Amino acid sequence: MPQQQSGSSSQREEDLGPGPAPAPGGGAAASQANTADLDSLLDEIDSVLETNAEEFVKGFVQKGGQ
Amino acid sequence: MTHVPQVPRATRSGHHGPTAAQPAWQGQFALVPGGRDEAEIAALIPAGRDTAGWGVHRVMGLETEFGVHAPANPGAGHSQLSTEVVNAYADLVTSQGGSVAGTEWDYGEESPLVDARGWTMPRSVAHPSQLTDEVRPRLGEGYNEHGERVHLLMNLVLPNGARLYVDHAHPEYSSPETTNPLDAMVWDQAGDRVALAASQRIAQAPGSPQVLLYKNNTDNKSVSYGAHENYLVARALDFDELAAHLLPFFAARQVICGAGRVGIGVTGRTPGFQISQRADFFEEQVGLETTIRRPIVNTRDEPHAVADRYRRLHVIIGDANLSQTSTWLRCGMTALVLSMIELGTCPRLELVDPVAALQRISHDPTLQATVPLTDRRELTGVDLMEVYLDAAEAHVQRFGMDDPATQDVLMAWRETLDLFRTDPGRLADRLDWVAKHQLLSGYRERHGAGWDDPRVGMLDLQYADLRLDKGLHHALVRRGSMRTLVEETVIQQAMHLPPADTRAWLRGRTVDVHGRAVVGASWDTLLLRPDPDGPVHRFHQREPLLGTAAHTGSVFDDDGGSVQELLQVLDAVDRQRHLSTGP
Repeated sequence: MPQQQSGSSSQREEDLGPGPAPAPGGGAAASQANTADLDSLLDEIDSVLETNAEEFVKGFVQKGGQ
Repeated sequence: MTHVPQVPRATRSGHHGPTAAQPAWQGQFALVPGGRDEAEIAALIPAGRDTAGWGVHRVMGLETEFGVHAPANPGAGHSQLSTEVVNAYADLVTSQGGSVAGTEWDYGEESPLVDARGWTMPRSVAHPSQLTDEVRPRLGEGYNEHGERVHLLMNLVLPNGARLYVDHAHPEYSSPETTNPLDAMVWDQAGDRVALAASQRIAQAPGSPQVLLYKNNTDNKSVSYGAHENYLVARALDFDELAAHLLPFFAARQVICGAGRVGIGVTGRTPGFQISQRADFFEEQVGLETTIRRPIVNTRDEPHAVADRYRRLHVIIGDANLSQTSTWLRCGMTALVLSMIELGTCPRLELVDPVAALQRISHDPTLQATVPLTDRRELTGVDLMEVYLDAAEAHVQRFGMDDPATQDVLMAWRETLDLFRTDPGRLADRLDWVAKHQLLSGYRERHGAGWDDPRVGMLDLQYADLRLDKGLHHALVRRGSMRTLVEETVIQQAMHLPPADTRAWLRGRTVDVHGRAVVGASWDTLLLRPDPDGPVHRFHQREPLLGTAAHTGSVFDDDGGSVQELLQVLDAVDRQRHLSTGP
């Protein structure tokens, strides 16, 4: 049963296509005030983002947990 | 109306006889707000039912396994880094004149319990050249690089009643027992501050490479680590019934309390964004495992309380939340669903395939994906959460559970679902996954970056960075873009003080005020040796609501209770198996 289900699920996921509803974070859903705030936040983030992103993300390796 | 018969008062206030006949609700009666009497509550509880909660009020606690990373010291083992974090916090507390109760590294068959006062950070742990897998046996022997014996602590009980310990390859904080979702959130966030303070302590040590901590649940390389919840439930409740009700709820609740994740699949290799950190790591519906073939409902049965009266529901499917609202609602909604299950009012929903549904809901941040139920309905995650909310509102009304703490959760739950249907972007100021999605979408747009761009993966990771200057959740809070529910001072205080209304008070205050006498502490046991050459006294705390500030009186006051007075209090709590709430 699980296999059959996951098969039908992925089919449905494809059926969704781009979808009429934007995700919450999408630009269309964000209000004007939000956009201005997001812009200034993104400015800040550009300055705090770890510079060696690719290497950093690759190096973040954890051992199994619960 | 039929009801659970009252237990004769003589049995209830004494400590004689078996406890099997004692309903859980009587042990938890102190939770019920509003000065109601036992007879009234007894009359409300349906025949054959029992409950360990009331509205959102229930004994609960949260666990966080932190991701641990030392980029400047790539050879360091995760267990050593975790050990360093735990020991650095012990060092910090003791250097400020405080006290922790600690269990040393298990050198052999014995696991000696020690008072950590006066303990200093061993250089063997802090020194970068020593932090490799090769020296693990030497660390285990407990000698530093100068051949001096050091205490390596693996398990601490903190002054706030929490545990901080090395859980294999992660430092883990387990919050003290709290009685409501807001307090659960406060003492969970206190754990984030504890972990950060430990990391800062390490950074202060000369020559010590930084140990970075992340409150997330995956490295996106197939490994996941947990953020667990624990809820006290009535032993009388049939576990199969409990599990059947929880499966659809746990598949759906991520739409409110997911932490958001970049990448699909256990390795995150398929580009995209999903609602939950944990969803892709679950394979079973119900089971005992927590590290492999993870089940949505975990059957671990280790109550740390009177076993024939209570069960501890160990929830392993949640995401680690940075957002206060996400954490609060996660616990509040779950407490209400548990109350409905115990009292027989939970709506009967059955998903065709709960594991597939969990992942399908997680993989669609537009929230439009539907999942099939066995009654042939197709519902979205938001639809499912609305079914539970409608039922919870009716449940609260029926039982008169409409105290402010419960009403707050119901109102926020309703407002969240309404916004999902009308203007979901507005939830970016309170829910982790929505905030993260908005932030990362904005970044992608600005830089023309795909979901598989390493910078976007970096942002996902950095959202959970505990450092104040690097953590993106911190940045949102600092800017006022993310709501908080309590003042920072409340959380800071919770680093040092236990909740006053559970047995954590007695545990934490004993460790803090009488640390020298403590030779061991666990969730339901305290071991004291008042005289270094004298015998060890063992006390049980099997009722989670015994040993509160009200029960311990002035024994921890500055002018102080002596250890002898403390022993009397502990003895009284140990003897009082059943909480008598009457005058």
